[in-house]
Amino acid sequence: MATGTVTLDQLVAWLSRFHELVTEQRGYLTELDSAIGDADHGANMDRGMSAVMEKVGATGAGSVDELFKTVGMTLVTSVGGASGPLYGTFFLRMGLAAGPVKELDPPSLGAALRAGLEGVVARGKAETGDKTMFDAMSPALDALDAKISEGSSPGEAAVAAFAAAEDGREATRPLIARKGRASYLGERSIGYLDPGAASTALLFQALNEALAEGTP
Amino acid sequence: MKKLINNPESVLADALTGIEAAHPSLRVDHVNRIIYRRDPAQRGKVALISGGGSGHEPLHGGFVGFGMLDAACAGEVFTSPTPDQMQEATQVVDGGAGVLHIVKNYTGDVMNFEMAAELASVESGIKVESVVTNDDVAVQDSTWTAGRRGVGVTVLLEKIVGAAAEEGQDLASVAALARKVNDSARSMGMALTSCTVPAAGKPTFDLPEDEMEMGVGIHGEPGRHRVPLASAAEIAEQLVDPILADLDFTGAPAIVMLNGMGGTPLIELYVAYGEVHKILAKAGVTVARSLVGNYITSLDMAGCSVTVLRADDEALRLWDAPVNTTGLRWGI
Repeated sequence: MATGTVTLDQLVAWLSRFHELVTEQRGYLTELDSAIGDADHGANMDRGMSAVMEKVGATGAGSVDELFKTVGMTLVTSVGGASGPLYGTFFLRMGLAAGPVKELDPPSLGAALRAGLEGVVARGKAETGDKTMFDAMSPALDALDAKISEGSSPGEAAVAAFAAAEDGREATRPLIARKGRASYLGERSIGYLDPGAASTALLFQALNEALAEGTP
Repeated sequence: MKKLINNPESVLADALTGIEAAHPSLRVDHVNRIIYRRDPAQRGKVALISGGGSGHEPLHGGFVGFGMLDAACAGEVFTSPTPDQMQEATQVVDGGAGVLHIVKNYTGDVMNFEMAAELASVESGIKVESVVTNDDVAVQDSTWTAGRRGVGVTVLLEKIVGAAAEEGQDLASVAALARKVNDSARSMGMALTSCTVPAAGKPTFDLPEDEMEMGVGIHGEPGRHRVPLASAAEIAEQLVDPILADLDFTGAPAIVMLNGMGGTPLIELYVAYGEVHKILAKAGVTVARSLVGNYITSLDMAGCSVTVLRADDEALRLWDAPVNTTGLRWGI
């Protein structure tokens, strides 16, 4: 059973793939957001991740905490709305938890992601079933942690995390939104996927693809 | 939809250029998208900053000046500004007495201002207090939503609290007054038409010719219900009743604002105000001061909102104090 580490290059590949996915799915995310929000999630995430990749490409990063601090601050300052602070806080907290290292072993990867999720909760106060990005991210991390504690490789854990994130995204469809602008729709928000849960599923799709590529 | 713009992508930048050209009393930081007073306030004064998505003009940039705000951070149309903008504004306007952030209760605005306050205190040691306005009675279920939205009271608060800061009150007093003003006011809005966000190019929602949306927020968020179009008298009743049901406004002087959403002519706003005034008088509410016009708008939306503030002599005194901004000016 492989228990390899995740390198800085793989983390950059994760971000790069996330950027590609939000750019490809920009229209889809915006469409989801038009139904129950304000129709800007695709444009905002695309703008934010484009800025991130420009910054990461220009400055590079010597360590995991430096990389994620750059990502977090860039998202916070370029996205606006609620997604900027939420995704920004996610990466800032990941960086703080990871520390000045060059690679993450599986437990450290799990711990960093968990710290990111805790940051999202602190910022957005969301709970399970509020129809937010939490509903995709929380099950994804539970699945990832379970695999890691069994001794799986980061790549295998990411496969499980991605599957759980997609299930979590789909599970937001019948929910009534209780956070953000969609909450003002009340029952009218039933029947639509949460745009934040959809972009979070893309985040784990990207992680899955980045770690699969790097796994021997 | 016809728009008086060059390009949907550059609306905010172009508007800031126009604001700076039109008003020598203001200074615009085009990089950070912040509107400042041309003459910085004196040291020792608590500074007031606000901000939010654009499209609600004159709020907030139109209320920068003597007696109101020290700076306003402009976000893209209907999108909250970012923490670095607020942090920059906080550092520039701080005169040593601290800074009050005035935030409308919208999820994005609240989160971005929270991050800005954290960054400002961690990185520069500036004392920051925040007040979140949430006066919109249209939101009935505050527990299972993001809570009541911050709307009309924001204008009244910036005026009253701005005057207190100008007098030299300290940060704690200014913040306490701001919370008291917010807690003493209620608002309710309605739309006759949707608005059109320049970047979207089409109306945000469909509203048939013979219907209106009661209880809309300032971005065209859905309200309490969609009902058949009615007369100004009936509309006034549907706006004022939920306000009076939510807070007792008798036995104190009231400040009343009849606000246009941006696409309704002033003559119609006066028709509506006449009806609102009548209903309030009948309900035993003494209107001590009133404001009629476009102050917190929703682009080109037709419609209006009513805000009633339960005031006291001190609030009236601060309301009457001199103010010199592009959006409100008296006593100067």
